[in-house]
Amino acid sequence: MLRLPSFRYHRPATLDEALERLAGLGPEAVPIAGGTDLMPNMKHGLFTPAHLVSLNRVDAMKGTRVAGGDGVKGNGRPAELAGTFLEIGALETLADLAAHPAVRFHAPAVAQAAGLVAGPQLRNMGTIGGNVCLDTRCTYYNQTKFWRHALGYCLKKDGDVCHVTRVGRKCVAAHSADTPAALIAHDAVLTLAGPSGARDLAAADFFVPDGIRNTRRGDDEILTRVRIPIVPGRRSAYRKLRQRSSIDFPLLSLAVAADFAEDASVATIRGVVSALGARPRLLSGWDAIAAGTRLEPDVVEALADRARRQCRPLDNIIVDAEWRRAMVPVYARRALRELAGDPSTAGAGA
Amino acid sequence: MTGRNEGFGAGNGAAPAANGRRDVTSGASPLNTIGRPMRKVDGLAKATGRARYTDDIALPGMLHGKILRSPHPHARIVSIDTSRAEALEGVHGVVTGRDMPTPYGIIPWTPDEHPLCVDKVRYIGDGVAAVAAVDEDTAIAALDLIDVAYEELPEYFDPHEAIAAPSGPYIHEPRKPGWSGNVTKVVKLEFGDVDAGFDEADVIAEHDYFFEGTTHTPIEPHCAIGLAEGDGKVTVWSATQVPHYLHRELARVLEVDPAKVRVIQPPVGGAFGGKSEPFDLEFCVAKLSMLTGRPVKILYTREEVFYAHRGRHPFHMRYRTGATSDGMLTSVDARIVLDGGAYASFGLVTTYYSGQLLTAPYQMPAYRFHSTRAYTNKPACGPKRGHGSVQPRFAFEVQLDRIAELLEIDPIELRRRNFIGANTRTVNELRVTSNGFLECLAEVERASDWKRKHRRLPFGRGVGVAGSTYISGTNYPIYPNEMPQSGIQLQVDRSGRVAIFSGASEIGQGVDSMVAYVVAEELGVPLDHIRVLAGDTDFTPVDLGAYSSRVTFMLGNACLQAARKLKAMVQGAVAEEWEAKPREVLLAGGMALRAGDTGTGMPLREAFNLAEAKFGTLGATGSYNTPKDVHGSYRGGTIGASPAYSFTAHVAEVEVDTETGFVTVDKIWIAHDCGRALNPVLVAGQMEGSAYMGFAEALMEEHIFKSADEGRAGLHNAPSLLDYRIPTSLDTPALESLIVESIDPEGPYGAKEAGEGPLHPSIPAIANAIYDAVGVRMDSLPFSPPRVWRALQAADGGKVSGRIGEAVGAGHAV
Repeated sequence: MLRLPSFRYHRPATLDEALERLAGLGPEAVPIAGGTDLMPNMKHGLFTPAHLVSLNRVDAMKGTRVAGGDGVKGNGRPAELAGTFLEIGALETLADLAAHPAVRFHAPAVAQAAGLVAGPQLRNMGTIGGNVCLDTRCTYYNQTKFWRHALGYCLKKDGDVCHVTRVGRKCVAAHSADTPAALIAHDAVLTLAGPSGARDLAAADFFVPDGIRNTRRGDDEILTRVRIPIVPGRRSAYRKLRQRSSIDFPLLSLAVAADFAEDASVATIRGVVSALGARPRLLSGWDAIAAGTRLEPDVVEALADRARRQCRPLDNIIVDAEWRRAMVPVYARRALRELAGDPSTAGAGA
Repeated sequence: MTGRNEGFGAGNGAAPAANGRRDVTSGASPLNTIGRPMRKVDGLAKATGRARYTDDIALPGMLHGKILRSPHPHARIVSIDTSRAEALEGVHGVVTGRDMPTPYGIIPWTPDEHPLCVDKVRYIGDGVAAVAAVDEDTAIAALDLIDVAYEELPEYFDPHEAIAAPSGPYIHEPRKPGWSGNVTKVVKLEFGDVDAGFDEADVIAEHDYFFEGTTHTPIEPHCAIGLAEGDGKVTVWSATQVPHYLHRELARVLEVDPAKVRVIQPPVGGAFGGKSEPFDLEFCVAKLSMLTGRPVKILYTREEVFYAHRGRHPFHMRYRTGATSDGMLTSVDARIVLDGGAYASFGLVTTYYSGQLLTAPYQMPAYRFHSTRAYTNKPACGPKRGHGSVQPRFAFEVQLDRIAELLEIDPIELRRRNFIGANTRTVNELRVTSNGFLECLAEVERASDWKRKHRRLPFGRGVGVAGSTYISGTNYPIYPNEMPQSGIQLQVDRSGRVAIFSGASEIGQGVDSMVAYVVAEELGVPLDHIRVLAGDTDFTPVDLGAYSSRVTFMLGNACLQAARKLKAMVQGAVAEEWEAKPREVLLAGGMALRAGDTGTGMPLREAFNLAEAKFGTLGATGSYNTPKDVHGSYRGGTIGASPAYSFTAHVAEVEVDTETGFVTVDKIWIAHDCGRALNPVLVAGQMEGSAYMGFAEALMEEHIFKSADEGRAGLHNAPSLLDYRIPTSLDTPALESLIVESIDPEGPYGAKEAGEGPLHPSIPAIANAIYDAVGVRMDSLPFSPPRVWRALQAADGGKVSGRIGEAVGAGHAV
């Protein structure tokens, strides 16, 4: 068995205490929630923090609720679903999120994505905050120390060459989380708490195109909350490409969300693709194609083709990049058909 | 995808087939235990977590070892300096290859390994030095302090390039002057007139196939503990499936009197052929214990399990198959290159098996094969479930499907027409006795509703069939000797408890249970009065190990012999008491009973006591040795000879998503002739497990390595269970086991093997089903979504939509 490096484990009871510990201990401290990403990475020697600051006692970061609108009932919805946004604590487990009635109702793509992360045991431990902050992944990076030594290491850790591009000075490790594509499609807003207070950041602005470190979260910051606006007429869907029906990280991750007007035409539509490069890609030009339509087959086809032209997977994952690219329009088409209400597309995943 | 495991009993045909055959046993009484579904004797302990595997054992004062591994695929070791490691606090001992210079190999003719490399390393992961320290972290830290200087050598990763190398430095020293040190073995054999056979053929199919390497992925990593004691005795606990061979090699390599070596095999958490020879850690724990005087444990990481490997060889195959217009085979010609990796392992046998095991269940008038095993700078390949014959079986059963297609003959009918029969000899002179292959075909044809499905399902959905045969052990042991292949010893207590001392290796397949069933059947002892004490060379007779599907047949016969000796004593003593004939004494249900006299009986305990009073301490031994006169009369003709052969047929039903290339296997019907199912639940379990493993290799598994363009040539692509993908329960198809019982004349109660044979047809049945579904031939494994997608793209510019039609050049009329 691989050994976990030794570390000091801190269990603060409040967010303020946790932030204090992080600030006080400096870069040698790393926050940990479910640990499903960090622990294997530590066993691989990718991180060797002297201190782990556990967030699991911070109750303020737990729970999911519908908020805003003061419980005004709309469209005959039950009270527990009525509101203007979903507020999700960053410690909410992926299993709870996937099963939450309000999330399934208002942000189905987010619930689907959460329910497709890894396998059941990992979803019981893994949190939405951890999934959003998941480290990027690469065939040359997520390996043991011995393996990386035999390789000669890589740009992301201990080396100076990217074995994927072989020329670049830029790390192209793949953003491999499921939920961010769905959160971006839903215009989610993330709250980061730091020593000098909290700040809000659109999920779409949270990621940067750098495989070594692909988020704007500072070392001393903690992702505390995810807010998803509740928009009448919004529908969404998530699709995940993977070879097994469980456990695997996405080979391609795709979320779509559209706001439908009263006449069932599209007011606005978003597509987000990930597991290609270091950050999720918000597809451009979709509104120009689909706004005002009812997602007729030729519109779906045009959107899917538009998606394909914007996606160029790399060999950062061990599965055929050309095939992964060819799957972009297929998965876009399937997700869009689900939005358009085609019953044959029910159920996410391959 | 959804997983539906219907398991044994769900509407399958096993029960009628089994019951129909049961009365056939000539003159024997009805069976009370054999043939009935029963628990495994170790099932509860394993299911409840109470079984103690090797890593669960902790001895007082135990040290932990780690092995330093080579980061180079092929390099000369210039120097090793261990002084800094030895100076580290907490380190108790360091050994290198020079401490154990005697070479070994599981096959006595190819001893090309050392416990730790002596002069050079041959793959990334080859062991170079080992450390024993107070804990694992210290041992790991010590590895970083061992300084090794390497001089890199030319590397070979492609077997064809390795074979073609005109001169050294080779991967190994040539065994004879003028030979290549990159070749383990070449086998060329020809039976009948192959060229004339092709002249007689009306159609010939000639195609190339590639079987990618796969590995065993046992859930328990290899683990061993060594304990050297002051009196010179060395004990090794190991997760092995061959305690006897390990015993021999430990004694030889460590230069210890074999009478002072003891091997203990605790419960093993999966092996599948991956633990059937000695490994570096077993020698290292023993040597480090001898050096430090303390017990030493080494547990492999998952990554090390991938480097230890000994999995299925990648095979590059070309098959030429001729048939007459009515589908009768006329000739078969095969050329095979085996990619062996860095060491020989069982490779000499694998090279023979690649050709020898193809000659049933179909009649071949003429057959030729030419197989060459190359060394390459990758982890060594060896035996994995269905050793050496799964790869050719894939190619050959697809060949048959092509011939059936060319001739417009139903593929099941084509197989039926070529059936070799029972009590016959194959073209390469293997003796076949019982043979239930026709019933296997009939069962899968019926259960799958084949006639309404084949070539009749909507586009994207299809069915495929394949057949196979496998050995029930080998007639000749790995090292030549005249002694029995299996032995067993029974001992009876005055309480009525019977102890079975078994040298065989329980690796999950149920051998400990099997011997208990035999004893229960013969002596009438309740199962909970039987203790199976196994896997300890100090107190069990020799059994050669859990490999080549030999154990039920061989140990079962040995156990039957011992139990019947004991039974005769008990019958004799009770008969004397009752003034009856011994054969009138029946032992059943915990009682001794008098035939035809329901009023006379006594508890078995009393019967045993009478026998002990009459004969003295009660015990019996039994042994089994193979027939030595049934094999081919040519060099190599002993390899492939088995006392009995099992037969299997599968039908697979698949759905292909033509947009993505995903293949969903909805169901596999598995019909297997196991001779007699001693416990039908365990037989069905072996059939399902085999079909699952074949399905996994068909769709997902790839034991592959990076190229120079991918960072580092020879570096394992993904040595983890995250990226080396084996199917989850959600991916697994519904599996229906259809047990066929041919009642073998020499097997125990007529039993033959069931652990490996049922794997073979999975892969070609799925390949043939994909063809039925979308008209595309998958001749290279695995049939992963990207490969199927590419094949569909290539077939018709991505616009496949029609059914079936052989691609140009796929076969030709003569």
